[in-house]
Amino acid sequence: MPLLAIAVPARLVHLSPVDVVIVVFYFALVLTIGWYLKGRANTGEDFFMAGREMTAWVAGLSFLSANLGALELMGWAGSAYQYGILATHWYWIGAIPAMLFLALVMMPFYYISKTHSVPGYLKLRFGEPSRALSAISFAFMTVLMSGVNMFAMAKVMQIVLGWDINFSIWVSSLTVAVYVTLGGLRSAIFNEVLQFFLIWAGALLIPILGLYEAGGWTNLKLQIAHRASEQYVHLWAGLGSFTSNPMGIHWTGIVFGLGAVISMGYWTTDFLVVQRLLAAKDLRSAEMAPIIGAGFKMMVPFIVILPGLLGLAVLPEKLVPESVAAVTGGHSYNDVLPLMLARYCGPGLLGLGVTALIAGFMSGMAGNVSAFTTVWTYDIYRPLINSKGTDHHYVNMGRWTTIIGVLISVGTAYLVMQFASIMDYVQALFSFFIAPLFGTVVLGMLWKRATGAGGFWGLLCGTLSSISMWAWVKIDPTALRYVALSPHAKALAQDMYQALWSFIVCVVVTVVVSLATKPIADGELTGLVYGLTKVPSVENVPLYQKPLFWAAVVTVIFFVLNIIFW
Amino acid sequence: MVSIWFFIGISLAVNGALILAAGVYQLISPPKNPGIVLFNLHANVWWGAILLLIGLIYCFKFTPNKQRS
Repeated sequence: MPLLAIAVPARLVHLSPVDVVIVVFYFALVLTIGWYLKGRANTGEDFFMAGREMTAWVAGLSFLSANLGALELMGWAGSAYQYGILATHWYWIGAIPAMLFLALVMMPFYYISKTHSVPGYLKLRFGEPSRALSAISFAFMTVLMSGVNMFAMAKVMQIVLGWDINFSIWVSSLTVAVYVTLGGLRSAIFNEVLQFFLIWAGALLIPILGLYEAGGWTNLKLQIAHRASEQYVHLWAGLGSFTSNPMGIHWTGIVFGLGAVISMGYWTTDFLVVQRLLAAKDLRSAEMAPIIGAGFKMMVPFIVILPGLLGLAVLPEKLVPESVAAVTGGHSYNDVLPLMLARYCGPGLLGLGVTALIAGFMSGMAGNVSAFTTVWTYDIYRPLINSKGTDHHYVNMGRWTTIIGVLISVGTAYLVMQFASIMDYVQALFSFFIAPLFGTVVLGMLWKRATGAGGFWGLLCGTLSSISMWAWVKIDPTALRYVALSPHAKALAQDMYQALWSFIVCVVVTVVVSLATKPIADGELTGLVYGLTKVPSVENVPLYQKPLFWAAVVTVIFFVLNIIFW
Repeated sequence: MVSIWFFIGISLAVNGALILAAGVYQLISPPKNPGIVLFNLHANVWWGAILLLIGLIYCFKFTPNKQRS
């Protein structure tokens, strides 16, 4: 979600002294945690993998928190104001099936192979070229995305609090650099769990008070139907055609583009989130962690989507797109969450709400930085530059890479400040790799006939096809009717179909090239591919401790929620 | 090692106490113009109390000298 405003209206909220104390206490606490953990990050396994001793709850909440960034919170609250409850699809069908698939199908291969990273799995399964392609693209994009998010967040702090952009960038980035450099992944994970609690503590009051003011859910729906449209409160009822819903999307795009490809790609192969699961203490914890994450993910719309919907009903002013707000000086869709915060939260609560936004930003940044550090050290530096270093040498490399990664992010943030259009390009670039990577990894895990050449060319062609489609629509906007199947499709709908086609290209090329090349011997695929890997059984634990049981519970709740809000 | 849950308890307890204190102060001497909607519900009082209570439970349950990390 782009969150870039050009004009700077008057600040949305004013902090009282107690609010400032709460914000300062948060910074002090995260630095304390980093300092406390510095003695527990001396080996590679400690620094990069948190000692592989995280419980299912810690890994699961960290897994979710790394994704629960401030821009995510504010951006999707803005989307809910703009598109209505349709934005919930990105939290339910756009996450839950993928998380459960990761837990039950893919996690055993990631975990049993003892890989340090997703590119590391590609090395084991397809060889060095696939790893190099994936690692370099991931490292490059991750650090750039971190910078883009940093700038956007600093801009938000300027709009919401009136803080100087330079102050926001340097204070937040240096704090992240200090605690990740000191404590490695363990420090990042600990702080992410803390941030998860703060986000809920700071944001949960808005929907509670909002529903009270609106007179309950039924009255809220009536008010939204009156002020916007009845379609704003239906998840599926308006998806029968491109023109009968506010997003301009068809149900096929949501189910196949978002649910089957984009979310699968993000939640199962983006190392930023998968890294948290690799730090789990055993396979059962690694499988339970994304299921726990899925349970909480289903509740996130309560603090993100509902405030956006409440904004439609209770805010006296009408919010407008960023481009209009930039000209008129009014408030944009993306301001809805801070506006609701300012509406209900007095001294103390306001500080906690602002802390939640800052915590969300820092958890996302720490996730990016720790993932970048691991991929750089293990998948680029060690295999391609210096393969003879000691464990101590690689830990030092990890610490320096953390600092350098943060500095590159800061540099990117300043670059975006000068050339705002870079932001859109970087966000688009990141999406190019997700869908094809999922095709490559899932074929590698489930189809033993996939070969190294098939994996590499499938990944490359899938990525190039995604870039080509994006460039085609950029040069000739009428091409949208072919890429997204409708000239009425909005940007989000284009992303869905672009991902779907690039995934299909990746799969077709991988299959064709694999069938034309020599198969890999079964003995080389043990522990990496379904059918050739003995997955440890969890039959000796009670039913309530089995991942399959909790995955079934989450699935039932998922279907019930979709039917209720149909 | 100190449990992460202990740190979370500290965070919730301190934030809860600060928010509760701010709420009680406003309860005793209400501002002429609160500047927020539903001020009469005094959300910072009960929300602060809830956070403080949860934080204290976490601190007690996961306090380091109990060796329950």
